[in-house]
Order: sequence, then structure tokens, then C-alpha cells
Amino acid sequence: MTAPAAAPTRAIRTTGLRKAYGRLVVLDGIDLDVASGTVFALLGPNGAGKTTTVNILSTLITADGGQIEVAGHDLGREPGAVRAAIGVTGQFSAVDALLSAEENLQLMADLRHLGRREGPRRVAELLEQFDLVEAAGKPVQTFSGGMRRRLDLAMTLVGDPRIIFLDEPTAGLDPRSRRVMWGIIRDLVARGVTIFLTTQYLEEADRLANRIAVLDGGRIVAEGTPDELKRLVPGGHVRLAFADASELDRAARELDGAARDDEALTLQVPSDGGLGSLRRLLDRLDGAAIEVDGLSVQTPDLDAVFLSLTSHDSDRKVVAR
Amino acid sequence: MNALSIYLADSTTMLRRNVVRMRRYPMIYFIAGIPIVLLLLFVYVFGGTLGAGLGGVAAGRAEYVAYVVPGILLITIAGAAQGTAIAVAMDMAEGIVARFRTMPISRASVVTGHVLASAAQTMLALAIVVGVAIAVGFRPTTGLVEWIAAAGLLLLMTLALTWVSVALGLVSKSVETASNLPMPLMLLPFFGSGFVPTASMPEPLRWIAEVQPATPMIEALRGLLVGTPVGSSGPVAVAWCLAITLAGYLWTQRLYERDPSPR
Repeated sequence: MTAPAAAPTRAIRTTGLRKAYGRLVVLDGIDLDVASGTVFALLGPNGAGKTTTVNILSTLITADGGQIEVAGHDLGREPGAVRAAIGVTGQFSAVDALLSAEENLQLMADLRHLGRREGPRRVAELLEQFDLVEAAGKPVQTFSGGMRRRLDLAMTLVGDPRIIFLDEPTAGLDPRSRRVMWGIIRDLVARGVTIFLTTQYLEEADRLANRIAVLDGGRIVAEGTPDELKRLVPGGHVRLAFADASELDRAARELDGAARDDEALTLQVPSDGGLGSLRRLLDRLDGAAIEVDGLSVQTPDLDAVFLSLTSHDSDRKVVAR
Repeated sequence: MNALSIYLADSTTMLRRNVVRMRRYPMIYFIAGIPIVLLLLFVYVFGGTLGAGLGGVAAGRAEYVAYVVPGILLITIAGAAQGTAIAVAMDMAEGIVARFRTMPISRASVVTGHVLASAAQTMLALAIVVGVAIAVGFRPTTGLVEWIAAAGLLLLMTLALTWVSVALGLVSKSVETASNLPMPLMLLPFFGSGFVPTASMPEPLRWIAEVQPATPMIEALRGLLVGTPVGSSGPVAVAWCLAITLAGYLWTQRLYERDPSPR
């Protein structure tokens, strides 16, 4: 694979991106800034506008308003230059089900004008890289979801795009296929490719992304690194379990400010989950001769961020104005 | 590469894709089959009576075969147009076309590939139908030059109706709609000189039958194949074909440039 050409330091930038279908506003002024060579995750519930954002940035549909720059080109004025720099693997499988894997890849090679020698070479290379050599001649109709997704991404890579849009790349995949996909994405980033990812899986965004934007109801409600987002919500605590109510009483008196649950006989103590603070907590309980039956550490995760930032009515498709 | 060579290269690639798809999911049996059934129906069921109604010294089933074949050929093209509209509507619903839209390729090539592949399929269906027509007694009376001209006219008619059917496939929001929209094209030969002479029709209908495009196309074909007098039908038919092709081309380009409907 050839190294992507020298890219501008900023891969994607939008200001005030807007899209409405009739009176239904899908995107209500989105500002995005994605640095080259990074993974940017757009996180949000169903109907938040993630796919619409990808569709606009990848030139599939037009925006109603706002400035959009992709790969250093104004999207409205130079859609051709944008298309030459990007690759898209959408939520819906973008493969030709009547063709074989090899024919699908060769189709992409032909459309990228790779030539009689370079085309088949690139096709063979991608079949190998994506573990599709055995299935190369079989019709895509017979492929599993994971194989289709791998082929889909391989087709996107035929033209060596500098910026790749992945719309829910692991939706519906089993855990193994998901991990394979994550590995592929990390390889791409290692080669300097910029990834713009949408996902509903917080774990995925947490593991892959340098920056995350949380989209809800057509607006960005939070943006930052995974760690910055986790700090937005109070979440970390140590959960102590006790054998009986009297021990719970004593512990609650000792640890002022902890939340007690009389039914479960547990106490929740705010904590950063670090070893030092954990040791101090246990020392304190020891000093008071309080018997602890069990202990678990809860670190703040993106699930908590997601749930606290996005609206409770997660099925709404659009914001009515 | 300049825009034209990219258009030609990408259209060739798309043509190849569509030909492979047609071979894996063949519609040619239906496209050739329906007009063959109509041909047999009109020759053997209605042919005796309709042939006698043509008038002339010796009128009968054999004469009706010679009369009806051009209309059947136009029905073949119209039926193939229906298949094209369905194929295009199905294709547009697939993710692969969304991928094409985000790729740096000639945008017109997606549609051109469909038109060229469908036109080739239609010409193949026409050859099969002509073969069956000869088997049931159709005897062209003209020479090689007229036959070549007839093939050329059939190609023009095919291209015209194929562009329109691709547009109908693009404008349809569902495959069902795409299947129904081209239906009126199938009826045009019936409301023209395809099956009976327009002179036998009542006044307002006769006027419609004589001005609508199917009639000059059928009359010109009939003249080229069996030597009936054609008058101005030839140039009128060619003009209709070119006008329909241009309109279909412009319409498809506009439809393809629209934002695809949200899924």
C-alpha cells in the first residue's frame, strides 16, 4: 500500500452544518474539527443525525447550510476533489451482491483507473489482507455479515483514500469480527489515514477514538478526548458490601458522605478508583475494626456519559421546529 | 485523462458490471417470452379473422403475420423497457450505487452503463422474436439494405425507450412503481397501427393513433421489412427516436443528480 500523499493538518472542518427534511431539522448547526491522522468518533443514539452527517461529508447528499471543508477542499465547490481523497463504508452494505468478492474489488480498481497490471495486483493484495482469498470467487450473496463488512472496507481501500468514513462499521457483527475490524482500523491509522467513525458502541469509541463528539437531536452536546468526556460525569466510586446492618451502620458513621443502601447492605464511597485512595479507604475501615464482606470498584465509563448527555427519548428521529 | 475519456472508460466498466449482473440474474426469458406469446396469440387465435379484415385480394393468416410483426417488435422493446426500469430501481436501492456517488468517477457512467447493457439485451430479445416470427411464417420481402436499415431503426427505438425506462426506474421510489410506470409503453402499439390499420378506427381515436410515435415507427419498420408504402414515416420515426432519446437523457441526468432519498 502506498503512503497517503502529504495531507493538510486538518482533515475535516465544518461550521454551522445544517440539514432539514421539510420542517424536520436533522442537523442543527454542527461544528466539527478533525485533525489529520486521527480517529474521530461521532457518538449518538439512533436518529441523532450521525448517518446524515456522514452522508453530507462524503458528498452523497447536500447540506442546507454551513461551511464544509474535507481534505482541504470546499465540499460545495470541489466535490470531485473531495471524492478523490475519501473512502466511505456506509451502514448499508455497499457491495454488489451478484458479483464475487474479486469482481467487486476489480470493479473498484477499474473505476479508479488502476490499469491492467496494478489493478489485479491491488485486488490480490486486498483479498489477502482482508482474509478473503478463499472466498474470492464466491458470490457475495453467500457471505456472512463479517465477510461482507470486510469486503466493503477492502473496496473502500482500493483507491488508497486519505480520509475514511465508517458509518457504524461493527453494527451487527459478532465480538470476534468486531475485534478484527478494530485491528484493521488501527492499522489504517498507523499508516496515517484519518478515520471518521460513527458508532453507538461506547466501548468502540473509547478504544479507537482520539476525540469523540456526542451528537444528540441534531446538535453536538459534548466533545473531547474519551478521558475528558468521562470527567464530565460524576461516576467513580467504591462499592462496599457488609454482612449485616450493624456493620453497615458503623461504616456509614465512619465514612461520612457515602451513599448507603439498607436493602442491599452496601455503601457507595466516591473514589477515583486509584490504588492509593483504595488503600487509604481500607486502612480507615481496618482502623475502625469494620468487617467488609465484599468490595468492587466502579470507574466512570462512557456509558454514563452517554446516558447523562443524550436525551432519554432516544428513539426520536428528528427535532421538530 | 480528460472528461470524455473518463466517461468512456467508466461507462465501459459499468456496462461490464451490468452484463455480468444480467447473466447471473437473467430476465431475457421474460423479455423475449412475452412478445412471443403475444405473437402466437395474434397469429393463431386472432390472425385468421384479423387477416381477412385487412382486405386485399388474398387476405388471411399468412398476410396477418406480415402485418403484425413490426408491432410485436415494438412491444418487445417496450417490454424490455419495463425490465430496465425494474433493474435500475433495484440497483438504486442498493448500497453500491451510494458508493458510486461518493467516488471520483464519471457520474453519467452509472446510467450509461445501464442503458448500454439494456439496449444490448433488448437487441438480443428482438433477434429471438424475429427468429420465432420467421418460424411461424414471416417472410421479409425486401433486400439486405432495407434489413440493415430496419435493424438501425430498431436500435434507435431501443435506445430511445431505454433512456426513458432508466429515467422511470430512477424516478420510482420502489421496485413495484418501476414495474408499473412503463406499462403504457406496452399499450402504444395497440393504440396505433400495430395490430389493425388506423383507418379502421373511429375518428378521434384514429387521429390519436396517427400522431402518436408508435405508428410512424411501426409503419417505417413495415415498409423496410415487407415493402408496404411508408410515406414520411421513416424521417418522422427517426425524429421521434432522437427527441425521445434526448429527453430521456436529460431527464436521467437530472434525476441522478438529485440527492438520493433517505433510507
